[in-house]
Amino acid sequence: MNITEIKTVEHDVIVLGAGGAGLRAAIECSMQGLSTGLVCKSLLGKAHTVMAEGGVAASLGNADARDHWKVHFRDTMRGGKFLNNWRMAELHAKQAPERVRELEEWGAVFDRTKTGLINQRNFGGHRYPRLAHVGDRTGLEIIRTLQDRGIHQGIEVYMECTGLDLLKDKDRISGMVAMWRETGEFIIFRCKAVILATGGGGKAWKITSNSWEYTGDGYGMAYEAGAELMDMEFTQFHPTGMVWPPSVRGTLVTEGVRGEGGILVNADEERFMFNNISNRFAAETADTEEEAARWLAGDKDARRPPELLTRDVVARAIRKEVQAGRGSPHGGAFLDIATRRNAEDIKRKLPSMYHQFKVLAELDITKDPMEVGPTLHYFMGGIRVDADSQMTRVPGLFACGECAAGVHGANRLGGNSLSDLLVCGKLAGSGAVNYIQAVSTVPELNDEQAKNIIRSATNILNRDTGGNPYLIHEKLQELMQNNVGIVRSDELLGEGIQGLVDLWEEYANVKADGTSQFNPGWHEALSLRNLLVTSEAVARAARMREESRGAHTRLDFEGEQAAWLQYNIVLKKTEDGSMSTEKVLRDEPDAELMRIANLSIEALEAEVLREKDSTG
Amino acid sequence: MALRNFKLFRGNQNEGTMEHYSVEVDKGMVVLDAIHHIQAEQAGDMALRWNCKAGKCGSCSVEINGKPKLSCMTRMNEYGPEETISVRPLQSFPVMKDLVSDVSWNYEQNKNITPFKPDPLKKGNYIMMQEDIDRVQEFRKCLECYLCQNVCHVLRDQRQKDKFIGPRFMIRLASLEMHPLDTADRIPDVKDTHGSGMCNITRCCTDVCPEHIQITDNGIIPLKERVVDRYYDPLLRLFYKLFRRKSPN
Repeated sequence: MNITEIKTVEHDVIVLGAGGAGLRAAIECSMQGLSTGLVCKSLLGKAHTVMAEGGVAASLGNADARDHWKVHFRDTMRGGKFLNNWRMAELHAKQAPERVRELEEWGAVFDRTKTGLINQRNFGGHRYPRLAHVGDRTGLEIIRTLQDRGIHQGIEVYMECTGLDLLKDKDRISGMVAMWRETGEFIIFRCKAVILATGGGGKAWKITSNSWEYTGDGYGMAYEAGAELMDMEFTQFHPTGMVWPPSVRGTLVTEGVRGEGGILVNADEERFMFNNISNRFAAETADTEEEAARWLAGDKDARRPPELLTRDVVARAIRKEVQAGRGSPHGGAFLDIATRRNAEDIKRKLPSMYHQFKVLAELDITKDPMEVGPTLHYFMGGIRVDADSQMTRVPGLFACGECAAGVHGANRLGGNSLSDLLVCGKLAGSGAVNYIQAVSTVPELNDEQAKNIIRSATNILNRDTGGNPYLIHEKLQELMQNNVGIVRSDELLGEGIQGLVDLWEEYANVKADGTSQFNPGWHEALSLRNLLVTSEAVARAARMREESRGAHTRLDFEGEQAAWLQYNIVLKKTEDGSMSTEKVLRDEPDAELMRIANLSIEALEAEVLREKDSTG
Repeated sequence: MALRNFKLFRGNQNEGTMEHYSVEVDKGMVVLDAIHHIQAEQAGDMALRWNCKAGKCGSCSVEINGKPKLSCMTRMNEYGPEETISVRPLQSFPVMKDLVSDVSWNYEQNKNITPFKPDPLKKGNYIMMQEDIDRVQEFRKCLECYLCQNVCHVLRDQRQKDKFIGPRFMIRLASLEMHPLDTADRIPDVKDTHGSGMCNITRCCTDVCPEHIQITDNGIIPLKERVVDRYYDPLLRLFYKLFRRKSPN
């Protein structure tokens, strides 16, 4: 192979991934004058951000004037079971309103309040109606707004181009090797910084809301380049995925259904969420159907219905009902909006849910309840980064959005993902700008590194025989679903890790048929390395954390253990190529942030009111 | 489970054939599911596009039995049990491989549209009434699946891609022109660069829109009216000449 025949393109910064985080990061870089390349596996505007339905959380205070960043921060920390990075959660809550207003300045058209401001809706774990939204297609609005902003700003977009691995000049980033999906040709990017915005790795599970793209590419690439992964045990199972028909099992049903008043019932027609209110949330949750009904009618003194508890709680509750034999016919729970709202309201507030069930399940949600069950949805953990700059420990390597760890701790609140994308996307962009300004020389490309990356990719096509990539992927999904699922134990995880050892061996010999032109079998095989790194990291971290916290549930270690709150689990690649798993002591939280997060809601509301009065 | 027959296009822009496949189909499946099964078991290197599998991203556009559709939202039971289902890539764009067309032309068109330009004086908490944005929101539901571009006669049969921007971008233009905060003037471009006069209102685009956007009636026709008002209404022409700098000439 002659490396000089492979096209090399230079930019200051390469952003990998064109969902909300990648687009926002790229916009920031190019606004600040960097030559910016945006590389994405799909067509522009198709990333998983379009699937975000419910809204973007920001304490604008339009729907309830009591809202304030401090309350959003407190909700986020409590939802994350206090394992969040304190500084990140602070930046996120403080900056989200500005990022949402900025979208409006760039052309986004959110639903309005009666006075013409951005309307906000209720969501699980948020004290007030806080989610700015557009019906149930908020993600589409955000991605389109960013896309249209980005293309007029000189960002160079490389569509249907898969990032394979990063290049380094000694310790720092020097570029990335990628592959054009259409032609199978390779391309080398030479740059001073790379921002990873690759989303999660939901495709390691069988039942997931994620599309084919979510194969943990950022985790695999960052890990190989020497960055650390953190909190990987916290994988969110969204409580409401479709369960029927089988071919759409896992497809997301927005939390907006519950935000608009939808209730969960079991086969005995019991509203079982009333039996699942934990002590932490008891004071803020309705304990009778009567109070829940008053809340829905707009009574500000009524407490929130238990269906709007955090996702980890609701997902476990549904699983418990199914296990106890009180599930729906296809092994889920009933989600009913038909008896709560009139047909016209449902179609206006939840149009794409109406359409999705009508077409895919032949069910009219204005008449009948939906069947729903948990689906792997989101990674709270990910690449370990600095809170303010979003840089990893590899100089020049940044990460933001779902692929980075920290904002959400042990469990993410709905609506906090879209705000995370915008806030951390911008931070990563600024971080890269600052880093590049301080870099005096352009890093050198190392031909040997590039050759090795290309060789391992082409080997998959050139081998005479080997395993079918689709089947290896299917085995992985089966293994993760059964052994690293919504409830875990040492035994299950041990078996899971052993199973992964076998799959690593199969992967070493994977073979794709056909040529290099638009060959999904080859693309599938190329994603397996990242899926395996991701899966191994989740399984190892999950085995080490001997407690149940947020989205991580251990049958053999029930409940939160105070001692474990002091640690994050950090994974990295060692000299011998194996994965190391380490308990790392967390930083002392800032005293003021700690005070805010631990205040009672009454005390915090009084404090916010005083502050608002004094500032007018 | 039932065995179903498919004919799928295999090939590229220069050559190709409709290949026959049989596959077991389960209750509730959509066409995309069946194609995925064929891909995993019989044709590992068959190219197709898809993402969300829930009708929200507009990636999986193909022509099924001659009709442009999202394959993720087309149920198998729309077709009779004996019927062979033929799937081809979008025909108005060059075929890349198998079921994938090169839709990059569309992305180029978007770059030629004057971007959103809000009134700087209204900056801050923008006030817009819901009833004033309902129409704009209708247009913004667009998934960019390009099914409308695929059936547009001007683009498909007359091959006049150099003269007309196509229905998708006509509604993008409409969403900008009708945006309450926007201050840019795109009407001269709508007439000249983007070719609003090329559309002869056959409504084929509206028929295939998976989001049921009234592309023709709510988007293209009002834009055509604005062009007519500006350029062909003698009184308005005089008005523009006397009072406005945005004269058509």
